[in-house]
Amino acid sequence: MQLSRSARIALRVAAGFGFVVIYVPLLLVLVNSLNPDRSASWPPSGLTVHWWSVAWDNSGAREALWTSVKAGLGANPVALALGTLIAFAVARHRFFGRNAISFVVVLPIALPGIVTGIALNSAFSTVLEPLGVGLGLFTVVVGHATFCIVVVFNNVVARLRRTSGSFEEAAMDLGANTFRAFADVTFPLVRSALFAGGLLAFALSFDEIVVTTFTAGPGVETLPIWIFNNMTRPQQAPVVNVVAAVLVLLSVIPIYVAQRLSADTATGSRV
Amino acid sequence: MALITRTAGALHRRPRLRLTLLLTAPLLWLAVLYLGSLSVLFVSAFWTTNSFTSEVVKVWSTDNFHELFTVPVFRQVILRSIGVALAVTVLCAVIAFPLAFYTARVAKPRWRPLLVVAILTPLWASYLVKVYAWRLILSEGGLADWMLKPFGLSGPGYGLPATVLTLTYLWLPYMILPIHTALEQLPANLLDASADLGARGWRTFRSVVLPMVLPSVAAGSVFTFSLSLGDYITVQIVGGKTQLIGNLVYSNIELNLPMAAALGTVPVVVIVLYLLAMRRTGALSSL
Repeated sequence: MQLSRSARIALRVAAGFGFVVIYVPLLLVLVNSLNPDRSASWPPSGLTVHWWSVAWDNSGAREALWTSVKAGLGANPVALALGTLIAFAVARHRFFGRNAISFVVVLPIALPGIVTGIALNSAFSTVLEPLGVGLGLFTVVVGHATFCIVVVFNNVVARLRRTSGSFEEAAMDLGANTFRAFADVTFPLVRSALFAGGLLAFALSFDEIVVTTFTAGPGVETLPIWIFNNMTRPQQAPVVNVVAAVLVLLSVIPIYVAQRLSADTATGSRV
Repeated sequence: MALITRTAGALHRRPRLRLTLLLTAPLLWLAVLYLGSLSVLFVSAFWTTNSFTSEVVKVWSTDNFHELFTVPVFRQVILRSIGVALAVTVLCAVIAFPLAFYTARVAKPRWRPLLVVAILTPLWASYLVKVYAWRLILSEGGLADWMLKPFGLSGPGYGLPATVLTLTYLWLPYMILPIHTALEQLPANLLDASADLGARGWRTFRSVVLPMVLPSVAAGSVFTFSLSLGDYITVQIVGGKTQLIGNLVYSNIELNLPMAAALGTVPVVVIVLYLLAMRRTGALSSL
């Protein structure tokens, strides 16, 4: 399309402005963690790393981080297993209710988090509590696993659709049984999709606040819940600033891994 | 060893058995645990609460829904929430289009993948951290005030505009990506043909580019709309005294769960209606 010179310049300016708007808030969080004042007024009066060491010693934030990691690690295998099973069923079989299943998988993240949250909360408190299982880390893991299934499913099903079943058939023609064909042919084909799905699922779980609010017991505090609870306390502001900055820096990791992952695999993965 | 071979053979010969084994665990989880809880929630929307004891009374009644449509506060909040979701969607589309046009068509091809990564990066940053960033920006004496001071203005502070602004920032990547993909896949020969037929840039944009990209805008809008409609955390952090549906649901959970459930059906119904409307544009197939 032939764009006039002025149109090009206008688009360049608009895009530049857009990128500035996207990145300024994140940079602000980083700068603010070095702000010596407790208040967030701009510009900061100086730069210090003092609050980073204070944050490091903050047991509440550290415990919350650890709880988040545990919840993510707990939900991950469940989501990986269930998501992969459904992906294989949907991609390799034709059966009644196939579309309904793909729909139900998406539902937990398609519906507002608060709806999913109160549904699980009331189910847990009416069914599990009489059985002696109160709300706690276990129920958080169950809740997270439920909405993480979809990202694993999406990644694996996309990969399976691109690799037809003929590879497995060829392996079987050559004498491999079902398990052997899976281990030697199918699994290596979907491995990076599984990895990408797991990574996304972990990130999703790590970031989730609404479902966590409704499925966590009184003593269970993940990092987002900790931030939320401390965000409005002036006393805690410097530590919240540092934790927020750390999370911004950590978010580069999945991008890097995803980039490497799609460079490694011939088919590329849709992260 | 023989057992493994026999099992493998049986699995290979009986696709139905294979399918059953694949689906049992996930269906138990999703259908029993998730759909089960959801249905109980929706049924409970037809229950009521004893106003003295806050005990749930399990007798079928449509009182909650009646209240939903007649109490002015509820009606206002519902309309406000839909308005916020639409405003966020429009703002996202308006901001995303030039950005996506630049990354897909104007930038040098060498730079394009990098620019896509640059759009995706904030998607990975924590939701709460991004809202927090806006809380800092909009705070009294914060970045917004500081930037507007030379013009004799001050920032919007916390409230409804702050909520719309923050939600727009949060969901922007969900709008940019589908538009970028659609623009990137636009065949160059269509644009050439349009130029050959004498259309200038603006005419080509209106008659060729826009109709082909609109389904992707609609696809992006599904995310921006439904994510905004259900939100209550952002409103709590930057919204001041503003109330959206999510906040009403949240504040009713402890004392009146049936009312909370009835309120919770509102965003679900609105989102389903929105999806149905978007399906007519062909947007859902490009999701």
